[in-house]
Amino acid sequence: MIMDKLNILVVDDEPGIRMGVKRVLQQFEVDYPFMDEPIGFNVVDVETGEEAIELLNSNNYDVVFLDNKLPGIQGIEVLEYINKNMPETRVIMITSYASLELAVKATKIGAYDFVPKPFTPAELRACTENVAKQVFLKKMTKKLHKEGRHIRFQFLSLLSHELKNPIGAVEGYLKMIKERKAGNNIDSYDEMIMRSLERLNNMRDLIMDLLDLSKISGGEKNRELKDIDISQIAKEAINAMQPMAIQKDIQMYLNCKENIFLYGDTREIEMIFNNLISNAIKYNEKNGRVDVFIEETPKTVKVVVADTGIGISKDDQQKLFNEFVRIKNTKTKNISGSGLGLSIVSQILENYHAEITVNSEPNEGSEFIIVFNK
Amino acid sequence: MIMNKQNVNILIADDDPDYLFQFSLLLSNEGFNVIQTSSQKEAEAYLETNKPDIAVFDLMMEQHDSGFILAYKTKKVYPDIPVIICTAVGSETGMSFDIDNNWIKADLYLEKGKATSILAEEVKNLLNL
Repeated sequence: MIMDKLNILVVDDEPGIRMGVKRVLQQFEVDYPFMDEPIGFNVVDVETGEEAIELLNSNNYDVVFLDNKLPGIQGIEVLEYINKNMPETRVIMITSYASLELAVKATKIGAYDFVPKPFTPAELRACTENVAKQVFLKKMTKKLHKEGRHIRFQFLSLLSHELKNPIGAVEGYLKMIKERKAGNNIDSYDEMIMRSLERLNNMRDLIMDLLDLSKISGGEKNRELKDIDISQIAKEAINAMQPMAIQKDIQMYLNCKENIFLYGDTREIEMIFNNLISNAIKYNEKNGRVDVFIEETPKTVKVVVADTGIGISKDDQQKLFNEFVRIKNTKTKNISGSGLGLSIVSQILENYHAEITVNSEPNEGSEFIIVFNK
Repeated sequence: MIMNKQNVNILIADDDPDYLFQFSLLLSNEGFNVIQTSSQKEAEAYLETNKPDIAVFDLMMEQHDSGFILAYKTKKVYPDIPVIICTAVGSETGMSFDIDNNWIKADLYLEKGKATSILAEEVKNLLNL
C-alpha cells in the first residue's frame, strides 16, 4: 500500500471553519478503483500564516486549506512560500465569494483549487476527493518510475556482466598465448584459439538478441500489423534452422495445414519461432526430434514447439522467462546462449495478449505452448 | 609450517569453463595443486570433506551471489583460509563489494578481466609465499 492517510493543514483564523473542516474530513474517506484501501485524512489546524509556515517547515503536508484573510501575513504570501519551498504540497484557497478575483489570481500563481466560503460539507468533500486522487496518482506514478528505473538498472548490471565475461575470457586466452603459458608447441594453443572464437561468436549472438529486444521495446511505431500466414513463417524458420539441426542429427517436423492466418507482425512471429525452435534443437539429445504444431480453431491459433531433449525441472521452469536466466546443470554446461531468447518471446507475446506455457519432464523433453486469440 | 607449493591445495569454483581452465592452468603452472569445481554445489560438496589452503570463487553461478555464499560458508568452517572472489560485475555497474562488510567474508575481490594476469601473485601474497 502506498499511503494510508493524507496529511492536511487548515489555516484559518475563524474557529468555526477550522472545526468544520476537521470534523468533515476526519470522517471522510476517498476510494479509487485500483487502490488497495481507501484514503483517510489527518487534519491539523492553525490560526495564522506564521504558524502555518513554522509547521510546514517541520512536517510534510499533502494538502493545505488556506484562508487568504489572516491576521498577520496574508494567505497569498503563504501560498508563494509553499510554491517555492514545498512544490509537492497542494494548496486550496478558502475565499469569500466577494474575493473571487483573488481566488483566480491565487490559482494563477499556483493554488491547486479554491473553495468559496461558506461551503457545505458536500462541497468540501468534493474538493478534497479531487485533490486526494491527484496526490494519489502523482505518488503512484513516481513509484512506478522508480521501479522502472530499478528494473532497467538491474538489466544493465546483468548485461554488463554478460558482455564483460566473454571479453575477459578471450583476453585471458590471448595473454596466455602471448606469454606462451602452455609451452612452445603451437598445437597446444589450438583449443584456446577455438574457445576464443566461440566466445566471440556468442557475443555476436547476444548483441543480435539485444537488438531484437530493443526493437520490441521500441514500441508500436515499428510494428507492421496485417494478416500473416503463420504456417509459412514456421516453415521458413524450420528451413533456416536445418543446418543447426543436421549437426546434432535432429529431425524437424511441421505438423499443420497450410494457410493459417494470424493478425500480427511478421518479424515478431519469426522471432518467436526462431527462438523456440533453436532452443528445441540446442537442448535436444543426439538423434532427437523437434515437432512444430499449429492448430486453428475459430477463435484461436495454437502453436506448440516440442522436443525430445533434456527437459527442465519444475524449479527451473519458474525462472525460465527472466532475462539472462540460463539453466545451469551438467547437461547444459556446453550449450551456449545469451539467456535472452525466452524473455524476448514473452515480451513479444505481451503485444498479442497471448501467454506461453511450458510442459516438461527432465530427460524426456519439453513443449512450449502459445495460444493466440484471433 | 613452511608451505611447499605442491602441497598447497587451491579450490576453484567457476561455472564458466574458460575461466576455470585459465585459472587452473595459470595456478598449476606456478606449481600449485588445483581442485576444479564448476558450481556452488560442487564446491560445497568438496568443502564438506576437504580443507583447501585457499579458495577462488566466481561470484555468479547458480545464484547471483553464489560466491558470497561460498565465502561465508568456507570462513565459517575454516576461518583461516583466504578466499578470493572473482567476478565480471564491476563497481561501475553500481554493485558495491565492501570486503570489510561482516557478511561477505572474502579477503580479496578481483575483476575477472584482470584476474588472469594477477591471480597467481595475489594467491602467493595471501599465502605469504
